[in-house]
Amino acid sequence: MAHKRREMLIDPLVDNNPITLQVLGICSALAVTSSLQVAFVMSIAVTLVTAFSSMFISMIRNQIPSSIRIIVQMVIIASLVILVDQMLKAFAFEISKTLSVFVGLIITNCIVMGRAEAFAMKNGPIDSFIDGIGNGLGYGLILMLVGVIRELFGSGSLFGVTILETVNNGGWYVPNGLLLLPPSAFFIIGLIIWAFRSWKTDQVEEREYKIQTVEAH
Amino acid sequence: MADHDQTPTEPQGFIRRFLALPTDSVPKTLFVAISLCLVASMIVSAAAVALRPLQEVNALKDKQINILQVAGIYDPSKDVVESFAAFEPHVLELKTGDFTDKFDAASFDDRAAAADPATSEALSDDPAGIGRLGDYVTVYLLRDANGDIDKLILPIHGYGLWSTLYGFIALEEDGNDIFGLQFYEQAETPGLGAEVDNPRWKALWNGKKLRDENGDLQISVTKTAPAAGSEYHIDALAGATLTTVGVHNLVRFWMGEAGYKPFLDNLKAGNI
Repeated sequence: MAHKRREMLIDPLVDNNPITLQVLGICSALAVTSSLQVAFVMSIAVTLVTAFSSMFISMIRNQIPSSIRIIVQMVIIASLVILVDQMLKAFAFEISKTLSVFVGLIITNCIVMGRAEAFAMKNGPIDSFIDGIGNGLGYGLILMLVGVIRELFGSGSLFGVTILETVNNGGWYVPNGLLLLPPSAFFIIGLIIWAFRSWKTDQVEEREYKIQTVEAH
Repeated sequence: MADHDQTPTEPQGFIRRFLALPTDSVPKTLFVAISLCLVASMIVSAAAVALRPLQEVNALKDKQINILQVAGIYDPSKDVVESFAAFEPHVLELKTGDFTDKFDAASFDDRAAAADPATSEALSDDPAGIGRLGDYVTVYLLRDANGDIDKLILPIHGYGLWSTLYGFIALEEDGNDIFGLQFYEQAETPGLGAEVDNPRWKALWNGKKLRDENGDLQISVTKTAPAAGSEYHIDALAGATLTTVGVHNLVRFWMGEAGYKPFLDNLKAGNI
């Protein structure tokens, strides 16, 4: 049992990563990765929300009527997100200012609902909690990877600390403005997926079509 | 859930009777929906009420730090509230350009007043994109050792590309020379429009003038220097055309007739 739980925690990091394999949560991965600090806080917030929403949903899973199960999940997720938002405003005001609308958008993060629907509705609370933590960390890992590339080459800094002195501030580095815009995250995530699938070839999806050889008549 | 393990006796009590219902029946659906919403709303409102004092302190402190920064007297090692006591807050009636005693300056809420139809009006000519203009705003005066006005800190706001930018402009005692400009709340594109927070760009504002000798408003934030000369011109932000246009419009709006012009004229005439 302990072994299985360990796997549930480690598995979503690379082997079953919510972003690169399940291709969930792309929307917020585009929005919050232009600076590392924001990406980091977002990762923590999503991890907590996924873990606790999965746990609460799992606790009442036998009582949820299937006709309204999505709404029930949403209510639980939304309440947790509001809690996170209020906490940030009270205890980490500076960060909540930079995160602004993105905290609210955790509600729409497909990973949170994806795990609730796919895992928490069928498994016990403790397992669901661990599964939520694992998936949140998997999401955070990719977010940080993308964030490092975008912040370093887009603004010449990491966690707001200047690494490459930009021309705007009297240095030599001409920042790549594209990296600060959301589309760049698409390219980077695409490249990461490519790298992951070249490394772990079993992640490559089967083609949905077959090339057939036509016999000559 | 516990009911599953019990022997099939008649369930006792109100809640248990509901829990024992088949999951997909209509009463059970209603019961789950209503009770979940009740619990969730109680948790959310409890958190909101319990944390509000902390949040308000944070927001106020943030605003005060920005006022200190724009006036150039922010010292991170000193207590914010203590440093802030150097300012003299006044509620200003925009139309007449005079201070009013109708409100307490320390607690007057500009934004609430601008949203209240009783103390604001809808703008027909609205270059700053703010919709409603409040009749009253809180301005801050900084006096020097002799008690003469040293700087004026005036709140300004207007629409950029994605968001309304809220900030302050600091003017020297003549009401024409700009000391600084700072936005304390904005959600423009990070790295592009959000460069309004870049210290190097903000430093460009220092020493610029609002009006020329004829009293015409000449200040501009554009890509190319206008004919009026560089002392009335701030270079645009690269890659943030719409944010720059927003800043240009909002500064000109607030410094114009509808904004602080009556007040600045009064100041010049020595009536303040």
